[in-house]
Amino acid sequence: MSLVEIKDLKVHYPIRTGFWNRITDSVRAVDGITFNIEAGETYGLVGESGSGKSTTGKSVVGLEKVTSGSILYKGVDITKKANRTKLDYNQDVQMIFQDSLSSLNPRKRIEDIIAEPLRNFEHLSKDEEKLRVLQLLDIVGLDADALYKYPHQFSGGQRQRIGVARAVATNPKLIIADEPVSALDLSVQAQVLNFMKKIQREFGISYLFISHDLGVVRHMCNNIAIMNRGRLVEIGTRDDIYNNPLHIYTKRLLAAIPETNVNQRMAHRASRLAVEKIYQEQQSKYYDENGEAFPLVQVSPTHSVALPETIAKQLASQEGEVQA
Amino acid sequence: METASNFLNIKDVSTAFKINGQFYDAISHIDLQVQHDEILAIVGESGCGKSTLATTIMGLHDPSETKISGEIDFEGTNLLQLDDADYNQFRGAKIGMIFQDPLSALNPLKRIEDQISEVMDYHTKLTKEEKHDRVLQLLDEVGIVNPKRTARQFPHELSGGMRQRVIIAIAIACKPDLIIADEPTTALDVTIQAQILDVLRAIQKENHAGIILITHDLGVVAETADRVAVMYAGQIVEQGTAEQIFNTPEHPYTRSLLRSMPQRDNENDDLYVIDGNVPSLQKMPSTGDRFAPRIPWVPAEAHEANPTMHEVAPGHEVRCTCYKHFKFPDEKGSVTA
Ligand SMILES: Nc1ncnc2c1ncn2[C@@H]1O[C@H](COP(=O)(O)OP(=O)(O)O)[C@@H](O)[C@H]1O
Ligand SMILES: Nc1ncnc2c1ncn2[C@@H]1O[C@H](COP(=O)(O)OP(=O)(O)O)[C@@H](O)[C@H]1O
Ligand code: SF4
Ligand SMILES: [Mg+2]
Ligand SMILES: [Mg+2]
Repeated sequence: MSLVEIKDLKVHYPIRTGFWNRITDSVRAVDGITFNIEAGETYGLVGESGSGKSTTGKSVVGLEKVTSGSILYKGVDITKKANRTKLDYNQDVQMIFQDSLSSLNPRKRIEDIIAEPLRNFEHLSKDEEKLRVLQLLDIVGLDADALYKYPHQFSGGQRQRIGVARAVATNPKLIIADEPVSALDLSVQAQVLNFMKKIQREFGISYLFISHDLGVVRHMCNNIAIMNRGRLVEIGTRDDIYNNPLHIYTKRLLAAIPETNVNQRMAHRASRLAVEKIYQEQQSKYYDENGEAFPLVQVSPTHSVALPETIAKQLASQEGEVQA
Repeated sequence: METASNFLNIKDVSTAFKINGQFYDAISHIDLQVQHDEILAIVGESGCGKSTLATTIMGLHDPSETKISGEIDFEGTNLLQLDDADYNQFRGAKIGMIFQDPLSALNPLKRIEDQISEVMDYHTKLTKEEKHDRVLQLLDEVGIVNPKRTARQFPHELSGGMRQRVIIAIAIACKPDLIIADEPTTALDVTIQAQILDVLRAIQKENHAGIILITHDLGVVAETADRVAVMYAGQIVEQGTAEQIFNTPEHPYTRSLLRSMPQRDNENDDLYVIDGNVPSLQKMPSTGDRFAPRIPWVPAEAHEANPTMHEVAPGHEVRCTCYKHFKFPDEKGSVTA
């Protein structure tokens, strides 16, 4: 059994119009996705903005009303509130947001911000609590004088680390990290990513790592799902996705990562334009008649792609030959 | 580096902001040239002074709150001597600007067509029909699929990527010689980013413009720039061609930045973290090297007191000579304090 099993999850937002505010249509933000997160691993969820990543993340923490499908945590469906309470789910599962300034209460001091989840779940004495907060600050590399400061007195990277400290306060099993480093400079990004890996090693935390940056995802994630307009178009190991991508949407995302080897930029650009051409011209091969992604089919024990079975198998074997 | 094709020549430019009644340098003694037909990238962490340099060139500072010195020679005119009315002749016409946030740069109440023709009203004498044709041509040039439709739309009806294309269309409407793009793709998806960078490159070729591309994203630089200036704490610490900067980086700051980037071959390792932070303006060291505190293992006597630029190869300049012996702690032969 995996730590988290997401089965055919759908989250549709109603669109209300007219005088009676009637529901006339819906935004299918998440439209039937299935994947598992193993204990202690970092699972990457990747896609362009609007593809439904944040909605998926919020559903997993229980912040979003699910339209249908299930999310099993240790085998129990946590889309039901009663089950979340029974499991202490809100203690086990935490979230880190992209924009740490708006997610930290500006009027509270760092001590209170980090202690808040502790107060909700653990009954510590004042001294025990302070010790714990200091330990947490130390884990993310901040000095004790941070205790009495307010969020605006920190840089973006420091605030993001405070967000990490707060998220790990209750010794969670799973952290949903929604674009945790997207707003940060390279070196600060490196610092936050290193911290996330460090606390994973030390405490065995699992991450659902949401990002549009495939360079960062390659660095962080063992398994990856590619999301496109509410559906998954490809899932696989890091190796499957980066070295053997099958869906044109995945290839297009990969081709758009800037090439850091200047000697190859012309070649890289040519191959990116070639992929873009296929993406524009062969929509009917990669998407169904409604322009939506096909259901996933398995092409190897670890690798699935959203294509009609025959095409998927054919592509997989071609790529296999290229690799050999 | 002073050749005839340098049409923008920034000489010893410093810009200081007034904070609590005192002036502090945000950029110090910048020397930089831009040629026609090139994309010059300026890269560095946030707070290093990249945007201040851009707004200094554009003349966007309030003289009572800033102190600017030096010379910015643009096609024979020293921009820093211009009054506001004269500056307006350059802004929009000869110098176009593209900012990070396209929504704030567009008027929410005006149709796209009107916003683009507005710049032309100011700087050219075209008839109504000529302007209309030019708007459609510009939208097509920046890769908008249905120019006629987009021309009639309002900003909120467009996606982030389309808005940024419109901003570029406005910036190039009068065929400026210089385009300054400050983090033009930072808020966009990678797929859109790649397209926008393609558009910028195509425009630069077509108009023989010079582009200053400001970004903190080394990937964008590696993929787009002809030349690169690396900025740290208000100073340029290294400049050269993209090949020189990425293949043979010399300054400790350049090398540190490159090291902190996630790479294919460091999937399972920790990333390199540059110790400390970019200093705030009030805390800027007045003597000694500004980057020294961030490589604490280098002993004090190994730093130069006032490092200056040195040419290490034609067109490749590095601040200070210490790059010759600089090593990271895990490199062979490194000096640790
Ligand atoms: N509360 C909401 N009401 C209506 N539509 C929403 C809401 N939240 C998100 N959406 C829509 O759902 C889609 C997916 O959004 P999101 O999950 O935020 O995507 P991502 O995080 O991948 O950018 C988008 O089209 C978005 O506009
Ligand atoms: N108007 C201003 N008044 C005071 N300080 C400023 C002002 N604008 C920028 N600064 C400061 O100048 C430094 C450089 O800022 P900026 O040019 O925006 O850097 P970058 O674009 O590289 O991130 C920063 O320390 C910033 O806080
Ligand atoms: S003086 Fe030289 S070694 Fe010291 S920080 Fe500056 S560039 Fe580096
Ligand atoms: Mg999101
Ligand atoms: Mg800036």
